[in-house]
Amino acid sequence: MPDQVGLELIAGQLASQIPGAVRETTFFRGRGSVEIAPATVRGVLASLRADHGYRALMSVHGVDYYPQEPRLGVHYELLDMERVDRLTVKLRVPLAEPSVESVTPDWPTADHQEREVYDMFGVIFEGHPDLRRILMPEDYEGHPQRRDFPIGGEPVLFTHNDATSPGWTR
Amino acid sequence: MSTRSRYRTQEESITLSPLEEQIAAQRGGETTELLTLNIGPHHPATHGVLRLLVTLEGEIVRELKPIVGYVHTGIEKTAEQKAYWKVIPVIERMDYLSYYFNAMAFCGAVETLLECEVPKRAQYLRVIHLELNRIMSHLVWLGTSALDLGAISMFWYCFRERETILDLFEFSSGQRMHTRYFQVGGVMEDIPAGFEAKLREFIAIMPGRADQYADLLRRNEILLQRLRGVCPLDEETLLGLGVSGPLLRAAGNPWDLRKAAPYTSYEDFEFKIPVGTVGDNYDRFAVRLAEIYESVKIIEQALDGLPEGPHITEDRKIALPPRHELATSMEALIHHFKLVTEGFRVPPGEIYYPIESPRGELGCFIRSDGSSKPARVHMRDPSFVNLQATAPMVRGAYIADLIATLAMLDPILGGIDR
Repeated sequence: MPDQVGLELIAGQLASQIPGAVRETTFFRGRGSVEIAPATVRGVLASLRADHGYRALMSVHGVDYYPQEPRLGVHYELLDMERVDRLTVKLRVPLAEPSVESVTPDWPTADHQEREVYDMFGVIFEGHPDLRRILMPEDYEGHPQRRDFPIGGEPVLFTHNDATSPGWTR
Repeated sequence: MSTRSRYRTQEESITLSPLEEQIAAQRGGETTELLTLNIGPHHPATHGVLRLLVTLEGEIVRELKPIVGYVHTGIEKTAEQKAYWKVIPVIERMDYLSYYFNAMAFCGAVETLLECEVPKRAQYLRVIHLELNRIMSHLVWLGTSALDLGAISMFWYCFRERETILDLFEFSSGQRMHTRYFQVGGVMEDIPAGFEAKLREFIAIMPGRADQYADLLRRNEILLQRLRGVCPLDEETLLGLGVSGPLLRAAGNPWDLRKAAPYTSYEDFEFKIPVGTVGDNYDRFAVRLAEIYESVKIIEQALDGLPEGPHITEDRKIALPPRHELATSMEALIHHFKLVTEGFRVPPGEIYYPIESPRGELGCFIRSDGSSKPARVHMRDPSFVNLQATAPMVRGAYIADLIATLAMLDPILGGIDR
């Protein structure tokens, strides 16, 4: 893990390379994370790969910060296998315009994971080669992992209510 | 608009033609020899409810598209509605062959947020159960994969040993699967009297049994023809696809979180990391088989060095007080009541806690908002990410080798769909 000083150095270099990229750094429980401007995500990840050795993207996942705004977050977990070092890159997009550039062209591993974030949170990854729902059915409405999506919102289908329910299984 | 069935309308985006068009474009618009075939979701060779769209030219796979989601049960959403300690049973049901690992990743993440110290004995007990689980998972993989390749007797042998492991799980926790044995701060109960003797009996037998499997398979001409040199993928591509675990190690990269970033006392044990050389199906097979021996070694060391002490943290704000205290201590009763009704509160923050599961890096992401329920739980499941490597592996291979490769990939659909 980068220590606090190392994290600040990385953030400083990023800020000088890509002006306006770094918004905040957090050092929490021994792990460093950088919050960046959504528009700069590809540049930041490419720079971290080229200059700082973070060559593996281990996870991409979404978060809903309801009721704060900008509400939707996307996290990228980077890993440097040589120095055994991890860094989290976070970004947040507003609910009104939830779109961010896809990193799948640079990191093929993000393909399924970005599709999952799109499916569950409705974040649109621009430039993704095949942005479709992955876990939920095709014609499902809504993004179930959002905090304001009700649990139990899906009626349980029995034979007696199958004809009347608006469910997707028919 | 043609008269499509409602079922087909629902999957409009899963078009078959682009797969064929791409290939046709490369060879001047000729598609006569191409056939797009649907395999699954209910197919014995897909190890669960996995659906594959395969474009074939004769017997050769030209393109492949995996379709998942058939056993999606919304476990991550369910976890947000439950107090932290009640999340453990549902999280264990994600990857149903490595339930101890799911629980470990979750408990580890919560403990990091809480800054809770886990007693040494609990850490060793965790290691014993994790490694037993790893052997169990690999045995199921070995049995079912051999079944795919036509060797039915392996299945019976592997499940015989798996049965012994499940009996051990039942001995220590009362359940054979989804044991809820790991708790935040330690383990549920200390191992019962007689468990150690049973376990020693098992670890004395297991290496010999693994030798027998190796003898049955390693020089078997049919198996070698099906595995050696089939569907290799180089380390660079695998890393780009985020593949970890035995698949990456088969390509020669010795990345194992147990060694690289030890958690729960793995630094105390001596073990080797088996690696392959070319990254073909045979290497994937050999790496997993060799891991069984290493796991046995770790269990033996953990059992020899098992320290005395509590099996769960003494912090009454996190772990339940012992049963006998409830009859005599008012304070214990209050703690018990508060923990059972509300659960413990976790300081706000976000954490990603990765561990090495039998299939690769299993990471648990938790966001806490300071309440007694997690605001977000996400599992970075290795099967979900590794599945993306199927298409690059099998392009240009025979369809029969696709089945063998899928078996060596070892995807668990419960983990993929969550």
